[in-house]
Amino acid sequence: MKLAISISGNKLESAFDPRFGRAAAFCLVDSETGEWSSHENPALSASGGAGVQASQFVAKLGAEAVVSGAYGPNAFDTLSPAGIEMYLAPTGEPLTAADVLALFKAGKLSKAAAATHAGHHEGHH
Amino acid sequence: MRIVVASGKGGTGKTTVATSLALSAGDSVRFMDCDVEAPNAALFLNPTFGTRKEVGILLPVVDETLCTYCGKCAEVCEFHAIAVIGKKTLVFPELCHGCGSCTLVCPEKVISERLDVMGVLESGIAASGIHFSHGVMNVGEPMAVHIIRELKKWDGLGTAASVELGQARGETRRLLDQRSRNDIEIRDSPPGASCPVVETMRGADFILLVTEPTPFGLHDLKQVVGIARELGIPAGVVVNRDGIGDNAVEAYCAEAGIPILLRIPMERRFAEAIASGKPLVDAAPEYREKFQALLEDITAKVAA
Repeated sequence: MKLAISISGNKLESAFDPRFGRAAAFCLVDSETGEWSSHENPALSASGGAGVQASQFVAKLGAEAVVSGAYGPNAFDTLSPAGIEMYLAPTGEPLTAADVLALFKAGKLSKAAAATHAGHHEGHH
Repeated sequence: MRIVVASGKGGTGKTTVATSLALSAGDSVRFMDCDVEAPNAALFLNPTFGTRKEVGILLPVVDETLCTYCGKCAEVCEFHAIAVIGKKTLVFPELCHGCGSCTLVCPEKVISERLDVMGVLESGIAASGIHFSHGVMNVGEPMAVHIIRELKKWDGLGTAASVELGQARGETRRLLDQRSRNDIEIRDSPPGASCPVVETMRGADFILLVTEPTPFGLHDLKQVVGIARELGIPAGVVVNRDGIGDNAVEAYCAEAGIPILLRIPMERRFAEAIASGKPLVDAAPEYREKFQALLEDITAKVAA
């Protein structure tokens, strides 16, 4: 399965970034072959709608599932109809993308069943 | 002539100045309360509202049966309010600014628009025959700019869709016919220095900045002076609560070349009048002349 893991660098050893829409980059990794590539997140500097933009981005990359620490309502509402599964990785400890991949393979990641927090768009002017 | 009364800092006396200026300007004055988040000029001018209009932004509605999911709408949207993902086109109303770009670029022409109501405009006749209008934004709405924009272009006469109270409408029509003679429009601005203030100022001939002689008043005054300069609109200052604070506002205005056109001292009787809903010029009739002189000053500066 092709996973997009939110990260703060550009390697498999880069730190896991628990934010989805505002993650620095995504590590796209094939959980069967281990083949990976990193992709800068175009939504990082978006003035608004980062969750929507990041969701479209990972969908275009061909991700079948994403792993992050949290999903806002807009990200959730964009990823769900696209059939992209949303996994949650622990946010309290320092992890690398490789650690997250290992947790996924071991079946230790839970799925997000709803948005994990409210939107950030209220202060939009 | 369009005059905007703005301040930066809230509570400096914008509405006090704007309403007294309107009441001193003779007949055929148009007054717009653009502080749609907290419109309060009506409390002082007591208009009888004759027309009402619901306003908001146009949200895209995609006909999914005809959409080819080409993604052009999502590409053009600066706010990521419309997304195409797989075989789905999603609209996020709370991100949409209603610019209409998606509708415009859709090659299949399958996007229509519906009005998302954000508030209302109301218009009527106030004291001294002032043609009054204001916008009232619904609680919870985050974007005031659309309502201000609609308010500025609304003639206040209403449309077939708006609620009309016959007689008051006729009165508005009669006043509007007279209006062209003098053509003074006074806009009471929201506080702050963000988009709603810029929208209120846009298209104005003069900006009257009400400040108080305190560090906070000065700080925000500088910000709105920056906006006025960016827009290329001449500005002048009214110092309210004169006598409190320090001389920094005075020094700044001298240095920046911004004229101080009026000073209103800190006096208990003014505060009492305002607190009971009485305009300044009603409580202190000697100020009517001062406001008339202020208007003449502004007229001369705009003509220059």
